[in-house]
Amino acid sequence: MGSLIKIEKRNDISNSILLFSPVLAIILTLLSGAIIFYFLGFQPLEALKIFFIIPIADLYGFSELLLKATPLCIIAIGLSFCFKTNNWNIGAEGQLIFGGIVSGGVALLFYNQEGFFILPIIILTGALGGAIFALIPAILKTYFNTNEILTSLMLVYVAKLLLDYLVVGPWTNPEGFNFPETRMFSDSARMPLLFEGLRIHAGIFIALMLVALSWFIFFKTFLGFQMKVSGLSLKTARYAGYKGKKTILLVFIISGACAGLAGVGEITGPIGQLYREISPEYGFTAIIVTFLGRLNPIGIIFASLIVALTYLGAESAQIFLQVPKSIGQIFQGLILFFLLASDFLLYFKVKFLITQKKNEY
Amino acid sequence: MKGINLMLKKILRCFSVALFFLIATSLSANAEFKVGFVYVGPTGDHGWTYQHHEGRNAVEAAGMKTTFVESVPEGADSERVIRQLAQSGHNIIFTTSFGYMNPTNKVAKDFPNVKFEHATGYIREHSNVSTYSARFYEGRTLLGHIAGKMTKTNTIGYIASFPIPEVIRGINSMTLAAQKVNPNIKTKIVWVFTWYDPGKEAEAAQALIDQGADVIMQHTDSTAAVQVAEKAGVWSFGQASDMQKFAPKSVLTSIIDDWAPYYVERSKAAKDGTWKQQDTWHGLKEGMVAMGPYNPAMGSALVKEVEQLQKDLASGKVHSFTGPIYDQKGNLLVAEGKTADDGMLAGMKVYVKGVEGKIPE
Amino acid sequence: MNIDLNFIGIIIAAVMASSVPLILAATGELIVERSGVLNLGVEGMIIIGAISGFAFMMSTESIVIAIFGAMFAGIIISLIFGFLTQTLLTLHVPTGLALTIFGIGVSAMLGKNFVGLPGKEIPVFFENLDKITFIGPILFGHSIIFYFAFVFPFFVYYFLKKTKMGLIVRAVGDSHHVATDQGINVILVRYLCIMFGGAMSGLAGAYLSLVYTPQWIENMSSGRGWIALALVVFATWNPLKVLVGALLFGSISILQLHMQAAGVRIPVQFLSALPYLLTILVLVVISRDDRKIKLNTPNSLGKTFYKEN
Repeated sequence: MGSLIKIEKRNDISNSILLFSPVLAIILTLLSGAIIFYFLGFQPLEALKIFFIIPIADLYGFSELLLKATPLCIIAIGLSFCFKTNNWNIGAEGQLIFGGIVSGGVALLFYNQEGFFILPIIILTGALGGAIFALIPAILKTYFNTNEILTSLMLVYVAKLLLDYLVVGPWTNPEGFNFPETRMFSDSARMPLLFEGLRIHAGIFIALMLVALSWFIFFKTFLGFQMKVSGLSLKTARYAGYKGKKTILLVFIISGACAGLAGVGEITGPIGQLYREISPEYGFTAIIVTFLGRLNPIGIIFASLIVALTYLGAESAQIFLQVPKSIGQIFQGLILFFLLASDFLLYFKVKFLITQKKNEY
Repeated sequence: MKGINLMLKKILRCFSVALFFLIATSLSANAEFKVGFVYVGPTGDHGWTYQHHEGRNAVEAAGMKTTFVESVPEGADSERVIRQLAQSGHNIIFTTSFGYMNPTNKVAKDFPNVKFEHATGYIREHSNVSTYSARFYEGRTLLGHIAGKMTKTNTIGYIASFPIPEVIRGINSMTLAAQKVNPNIKTKIVWVFTWYDPGKEAEAAQALIDQGADVIMQHTDSTAAVQVAEKAGVWSFGQASDMQKFAPKSVLTSIIDDWAPYYVERSKAAKDGTWKQQDTWHGLKEGMVAMGPYNPAMGSALVKEVEQLQKDLASGKVHSFTGPIYDQKGNLLVAEGKTADDGMLAGMKVYVKGVEGKIPE
Repeated sequence: MNIDLNFIGIIIAAVMASSVPLILAATGELIVERSGVLNLGVEGMIIIGAISGFAFMMSTESIVIAIFGAMFAGIIISLIFGFLTQTLLTLHVPTGLALTIFGIGVSAMLGKNFVGLPGKEIPVFFENLDKITFIGPILFGHSIIFYFAFVFPFFVYYFLKKTKMGLIVRAVGDSHHVATDQGINVILVRYLCIMFGGAMSGLAGAYLSLVYTPQWIENMSSGRGWIALALVVFATWNPLKVLVGALLFGSISILQLHMQAAGVRIPVQFLSALPYLLTILVLVVISRDDRKIKLNTPNSLGKTFYKEN
């Protein structure tokens, strides 16, 4: 431990370190991946190529990477508002599902109707649905002093059961032989596809807009400054005119709306209807993405791409090498470990700049 | 958005054409016959996916090369996995969960030379898509008969997963058969909203036993319930696979999902070029639904009775849903002397008389 | 419904049995969080404990080896988290989440050959006495882990409140800087607490795969780690309240199953959502006292610490 701590003694921030840290993580990941594959009896280089390169080697693969990264990025952007201000919203999955339910309901309402106005309404109601669902833990936290970790988590299960109730009950497709699904949405209720033959849709613009917007808020507005300060020290923030309750409500609304938007993107994009499983736990995965991106909008873009790639890589590895999917999970875990660990170098740099005394993040 | 969409479409048309050729060439380059499987759970679930995996092993044993991808979520991810399997030269692809229905058909459109087999669905939009499922309810009829004879408390406990027609059909089939041999039968149901969560299944089984059920039945995958039954000294039935070794005293018999013959037959047909689109719903007759060994505790007379019933169900002499059948409110569902047609069975959504509780209608 | 004392006794026993893994994992995590560390990898450590316990049991047929093996495995995997967060100073939340993914993957890998095997019989205590009305099923006929789970939180409570070691743990969690100034090796204390949390999660996993549902299935912990994490918060870092919270959650879970079985004509999705809704409601009611919660919350929770020269 002693030798590691020496790193703090460097006084300058060199750009080489900023670049070196993620590169080191990638090298370590590839190295350990090669070792794992070697012990499983595969040609390591070939296996790594299948995991990391083959899935995105063609246009289709790359578009799928973006498709998978889009909801993760959207949710993570929202969560960064919460986490920056020490609001532990871990129920984004529930907010995603609730946003999906509300917007899906609207889409079903416009079943068989055409009109340019339909999709914007669906998108807005989805964001609204997610925001409303996120307001529950926010209000409980601000007015009833209830811990948001527990409430937001419990509400995930509630949202899942509500969706289940709707798709097997009142919203079941009347022509679908009572199978647990709604009708397919009409074309006007679907996200426009960007390219023919690919699934990537206009939702990616929502993601990019949110990235830009959050970057602007974080770094160019007083609100962003307040949030940053309140995350570091509540007392200082109060001097800066920070209003606790209002901010809590606001960040939950933002993150809920984002999660809701991710839900809209899924159901009006690649899925096109509601059924029991509209999200492979994007809401939980996005928590990792948020932190991996270091709560920074640009970082979140990269983090969502990396995490999305691990899913695609695991699928690819199973198809071409028949390694169990669990290897994919082990691999994902390792990648995250290495990326986090290599932050070590970066982390100290940043800390060094801000203050000498406090070393809390 | 539409305008942008159109423009991008034009620009990228050439890209997609190039992509198509790329796929086409890679397909022709890989001439070996391959069978693909997409699973919803891990192969280690010892239930639904495990049994499909056993079917795959049989295909492999029959000398054909196979590939599987496990734990594929039913949302947007499945389409990519199915497409990748098609793209990477698989000639026939089995997609083994209801939620893969629309993705399967979508991919099938783009790969007219690949055969697709979708389990438990009903959409066959293209001539290269078949659907298949098993008449598990026939097995439930046998369980109902046994349960009706074995129960002392006239109460049968049923652990159910999700309120979809497949599960409701099983409950009704069992209850009707039990009522035939024991008019005082009541069926108590607990929905656990999971296909496999041993802890929850065990709790459900215990609750049913505490509520007076002395025969436990399940439409969930794990062996937890039969273990609880064994400990409590009540009867139980295995699900998906033979569960007798988990509870030798308690398990009376098991319903076994045997996909192997179908998978081997269809894969061979695809290989020989004799594959044709069809909608398969096989039962006891074809062996897709098989029964585990009968527990000697049933007594030889009952075993004989059940074996006869099994033969009659297989030959079509007896039908699981023969009128008169009433729903919970006493409305006539199937008239005397009539049998329920497959359409009604496929979309079954109400409980028959004698079942307690409420499902959303 | 036949209401008699014996029936109630049986239900209480079922509630207690279902809350055992939650109590164990939550109490372990409580100590971790009391030392200022937030380990969200509980789910991953439980599942590692489950497969290790089952594997040891099947290969050695010794319950003692199985239990300690599971706890040891929990410690090993928790050390990954410890090394990353304490030595390499990674952020707690994503490291814990990564640990969960990693644990689920590793357990599935290790467990491939154990799928579909029935577990071995586990010794229970005073089996014959469980016929006694009411108290029989509650007190007798359970495994060693069951009894341990209900006694253990009292020890932890005592440890935190009355012992010097407990005071050190709390001091480290409340302010690592002050603790350092007093000459406490913060990193060491946290390492030990993390290992302790790993052992308890491992034990919770062993309970699942050895006692509660003696078998191995992938993902068999099914989210209990998350519920345990939520319970720690629910209990405001008080081990006795962990006990209460776990029993409360268990009661609602079991009672809703009984309501379903009794044929209550309410949509089953609503009944299934009850444990979550009522837990929120109870939390709202008990959280009103702002100061009490603040008093118990470890101030350094989840914050990265390193010692300056």
